Parts: sequence; C-alpha cells; structure tokens
Amino acid sequence: MSVTSTQRMLTGNKAVAEAIAQEMERDPRVFVMGEDVGRYGGIFGATEGLFQRFGGERVRDTPISETGFIGAAIGAAAEGMRPIGELMFVDFFGVCMDQIYNQMAKIHYMSGGNVRLPMVLMTAVGGGYSDAAQHSQTLYATFAHMPGLKVVAPATPYDLKGMMTSAIRDDNPVLLMFHKQLQGLGWMAPIDASVGVVPEEPYTVPLGQAKVVREGRDLTIVGLQMSVHWALTAAARLADEGIEAEVVDLRSLVPLDKQTVVNSVRKTHRLLVVDEDYLSYGMTAEIAAMVAEQALYDLDAPIRRLAVPDVPIPYSHNLEKFVLPNPEKIYKQAKELAEQ
Amino acid sequence: MAVPADKLKWMYETMIKIRHYEEAMVDAYGEGKYPVFNIGAGPVPGEMHLAAGQEPVAVGVCAHLRPDDTVTAPHRPHHHAIAKGVNLQRMTAEIFGKVDGLGKGKGGHMHLFDPEVKFSCGGIVAAGVPHAVGAALASTMQGRDSVAVAFIGEGAANAGAFHESLNLAALWKLPVIVVIEDNAYGISVPKPASTAVPTNEVRASAYGIPGVRVAGNDPVALYQVAQEAVDRARRGGGPTLIEVETDRYLGHFQGDPEVYRDKDEVVHLRQRDAIQAVRQQMVADGMATEEELQAMEQRAYQVVEEAYAFARQSPNPAGESALADVFAL
Ligand SMILES: Cc1ncc(C[n+]2csc(CCOP(=O)(O)OP(=O)(O)O)c2C)c(N)n1
Ligand SMILES: [Mg+2]
Repeated sequence: MSVTSTQRMLTGNKAVAEAIAQEMERDPRVFVMGEDVGRYGGIFGATEGLFQRFGGERVRDTPISETGFIGAAIGAAAEGMRPIGELMFVDFFGVCMDQIYNQMAKIHYMSGGNVRLPMVLMTAVGGGYSDAAQHSQTLYATFAHMPGLKVVAPATPYDLKGMMTSAIRDDNPVLLMFHKQLQGLGWMAPIDASVGVVPEEPYTVPLGQAKVVREGRDLTIVGLQMSVHWALTAAARLADEGIEAEVVDLRSLVPLDKQTVVNSVRKTHRLLVVDEDYLSYGMTAEIAAMVAEQALYDLDAPIRRLAVPDVPIPYSHNLEKFVLPNPEKIYKQAKELAEQ
Repeated sequence: MAVPADKLKWMYETMIKIRHYEEAMVDAYGEGKYPVFNIGAGPVPGEMHLAAGQEPVAVGVCAHLRPDDTVTAPHRPHHHAIAKGVNLQRMTAEIFGKVDGLGKGKGGHMHLFDPEVKFSCGGIVAAGVPHAVGAALASTMQGRDSVAVAFIGEGAANAGAFHESLNLAALWKLPVIVVIEDNAYGISVPKPASTAVPTNEVRASAYGIPGVRVAGNDPVALYQVAQEAVDRARRGGGPTLIEVETDRYLGHFQGDPEVYRDKDEVVHLRQRDAIQAVRQQMVADGMATEEELQAMEQRAYQVVEEAYAFARQSPNPAGESALADVFAL
C-alpha cells in the first residue's frame, strides 16, 4: 500500500498549527499573538513550531494582558491585518469580555458594515482532568449567544485544520474553540479521536455545516467536540443491542446548521442533545427549541438533554465525573429514549 | 533593625515546612501519572504549581500578619497559605480532593479558601488583588486595624486588575500591601519580554504610593520592608507596593518541559538558597543551637507528614455532593 498525503495522521494541535503556518505563508497579514505562543508553542500546542519558522514579529508572546492584546488584535484587524489571538483557556474570558462581546462582536454592525474585523480568537475549552472551576469550562453558549461572532468548535484534526483555515480567511471575527482533550497532547490521557488523517495541502472546511458522523434510524444524538466522540462510543454499544443512533456533529454553533439536525430528526423521530457546557440557557436548549419550532410533529418522544447540571465544574475526580456527560450516561439516556 | 529571634525562628521553621510540603507534593502529584505523564491521573490530578524557592516571600511578609489580616494568593499558593496559618490538614485534603478538604473537594490546589485565617487564592491571574482591596475597605469601614496583602507574580503586574486595584487602594488610602513575587517568568515568558519596566516597584509612583524592591530572595530584608509597609497600613497611611526577587526551582507547573530556560539556571539559583542562608546565620549569631534547629526541622517535617496522612485517609466525596453548595441556604 502506498502512503499518500491524504493518509498522513496528525494530532489536533499539529493540525491547527499547520493551518496557521500555511495561512501565514500565503498571506503576510496573518500573525499570532498570545501568552506563551512563542518558543513554548502554546500551552495546548496550537502554535507549535511557528515561532521557529516565522519569528517573534509574527508570533508574538504577550504579557498577561488579555484586554490589551485582544483589543489590539481588533485594532490591527480594522487596519488591514489578519490577527489570530489566543486566549489560553476560555475560562479567562472574564478579564477581556468587553473586547470580545462589546467590541469584536459589534463593531461591524455598529459601523453599518463599514468596518471589517478579519480576525480569529482561538481558545482552549473543556475539562475531564480535574482542572476545576476556573480552567475546565467550554462556555460554548456564552459566546454563541452574542450576535456578531462566528463560533466554531471542531471535533477532529481534519476539521480543526480546515475550519482554522476558513476562520483565518473569513472577513468576520471567528472564535475557534479547540478542545484540550482533542489536541493530542503528550500530557493528557491519550484518546484515539485526537489523532486523525489530515491532508498536507491547504483546504477549507466551511464554517456552519454540521456533519452526520454516524447514520442511524432510531434516534438522533446531537453534540459538539467531546460529546460527539462520547456519543459515538455510546452508539456502538447501542448498536450491539439493536438500537441504531444517528450522531450529528454540529461543528459550528454560529452559524448553526439547523437543516442537518432537522433532517436527522425527521428520519429518526427522537432527539437527544448532549453538551459539555452548562444545561440551562445553553446549546441543548437552543437545539431543542429549534427542533420544537421546525419539527415538533416529527417527534415520537419528548426531546432529552444531557449537559452539566448547572454547577461550576468541581475539582475532585468523583465530583467532576458526576457532572460531565460521558458515554455511559449517553447510552442510558439514548436507550430509554429509543424505548420510550 | 534586626529580626527578633522568635520571628526569625518562626520564619526558618515555616520555610522548612513549606519546602518539605512542596517536595512531598512533587512525589504525591507524580503518583499514578507516569510512565506517560497524564495530568488527570493519580491521587492529586489537575495542574500543580509549586513554590519551592519562593519561601522567603511568604514568610518575610506573613511574619507581620495576624489571623484577622487578609491574604489573597494566586495560582501558586501553598507557601502563602502555610505562612498565613491555613489549616494544613484540611488544605492537603482539599488538594487530594477529599471530603475533609477546605472546599470538600470542589476547589483543589488553585482554589483554597480558609476564612478562619482569612486566606483565599484563585486560578485567574491578578484576580486576588481587588479582593484584597475590598478586604481592606471592609476593615476600614468596620473600624478595624487589620490589613490586607495581595500576593501576585511579576507576570500579573501587567494585568488590568493590578493597575485598577492599585489606583483604588491609593485613592481610598486603604490598608493594602501588594507583594509581587518576581520569579523571572510568567510560564515561559521571561520578565523582560513581558514588562516595559525592568522592575515593578517603580509602578507605585504612578499611583503616588511607596514602592520598594527587595533583591536576592532575602527573607530578612523583606521582613524589614514588609514591617514598614504593614505598620503604615495599620496606622492608616495607605498602601505599599513591594516587588521581591525570588527563585522558582521547579517548572511553572509540574510536567512543564521548561524548554524556555537552561537546565543549569536552577542549579545556580539553588546555590543561594535562602533557607540554608538563614540557618547558617542563626548558627553564626548564636541564635539557635544545632539541636534547636534540628528540633524545629523535625517538627516541621512531622506537621507536613501528618497533613499528608490526614489527606490520604479522608474519604472521597460522593458524586452527588457536586450538586450542593451552588447557593447559600
Ligand atoms: C487572566 C489569566 N490569564 C492567563 C492565565 C494563565 N496563566 C496562569 S499562571 C500564568 C503565569 C503567571 O505568571 P506570574 O504572575 O509571574 O506568576 P508565577 O506563575 O510566575 O508564579 C499564566 C499566564 C490565567 N490563569 N489567568
Ligand atoms: Mg512569575
């Protein structure tokens, strides 16, 4: 068997870094700013090798001044640069939310479309390794709630590269969330999903298209990032028992691909939405409401939601395990739903 | 102004306690994480930021504090907690994620709260500085003479919260001391690459308050500087900014590959270890005999060992307890 470029395997972090490197080669306006993105290569490896290749002018370590450098990315984007900022953990949004919420997301609109902010803010999300309440959130909905931001959360190395490339080329501010466990880092529990086939040549994956990652007839499970992989594990077990789950990876929260979800629900007539974010006012609620609006009469059973039960992420292993979704919990919910 | 013998002995014993605590934590944290390092595994999972080498900062300042004075600490909090007199057994149980922990296993190593001795810390850089300002405000409004100390790293002195807090503290003349631990790095970024001025005490002038730098990781020099700052704050004389040059012997966190510094840098730093220097000084000054010192060391070790033993035997919290404590009842 000959090894072609399309069979090359990369970890999530290398896929992100490759997308950035290729766009930096292609477009001199692209540059990166963030804490420890230089020689260290990013705490989650998203800028691995970039400093060595492009130097400190275009791969800039910043002080711990998130308001300052994210605001500066906005200012530079307005002047024709295409900055990529890294907010090390999404949890740190609190110290710079004005720049994100009131500035980055609104300036295009407030200017009547006259000011463009072609920038990417990338950030690490997710828990499951006891990093506790201030370092384990996903906060998907916090950002998706705000009009004016594209918010994407790829679940595979292939999508990480393709969606990062799209994000950099997009003329809008894009928040790209990478999941820590899907970066394939040497210091986290290794999971298969953090390594995947990534073509070497540049390519794009459109922002705003969900993907059916497993076909099935009995119920639809909708998720993002880790919840997709958990759902796939659960689906394999359900299949052993004759229940065929269809799994939809949203990939993007804004724009939201409603059609793919609705099409799946029309086929399976049952819906379980899984989220590593908080339950209330979150993605699960949005999907449930959207399906209720567009496909209520296609449902054979009430919609189910599985998400973090409205508590901060606790530290201790037992406690964290209790609040986070996992394949076992998805399996149980899905089985009950399928038999309802 | 010499350090009184009882204070210096307390400082020495406390530094020994801290050092032993941190070294024991290196081992406890490492349990179950290898051969391939896995941050989420073992009895102490998650991130771990240790303060071996930074003991002088904690003891030089906390030697002047009372239980009713407030301390806020950052993500690297063990030395401050120990020097402030946090319940070591419950602190350790928290770090092991156990029910007897300060936060019943909900907080972990970066989020330790001991209201009994007015200690708190957190994982968001510079977030504790305004809390110290608020504690000082409360002290003033309640007619008390207690003070508040915020410890932060030199990297945190570039965060907005630091500057806003200093202005507020100066404006309202509050009894706050902000202590910057300059260990030369914010994770991988060396201070000159992040900070527009060579030393941070000069930033005090922007807020019209005294700023002092203590060089050489020297607990005795810091003791004296901190004495003046704490006395001034208690008298109603307002805030002080202190920057202390200190040494981080370990990685930013355990498991840090430390690609950003030479391996012999730490070897060199360890040669000026303050704990040994204080010990030698006490012997030279006839302040303590070898037997006394050994007794102190023995006591410090024992307290630490007991704390770890307590933590290990404490039960794990039941999963459902994750749902409690979101709101006060
Ligand atoms: C607001 C915020 N930004 C970034 C981080 C990530 N972070 C944790 S510790 C750290 C470096 C802190 O450096 P310093 O203040 O010098 O303290 P040290 O670690 O050296 O003790 C960074 C960037 C954070 N926790 N909070
Ligand atoms: Mg530092």
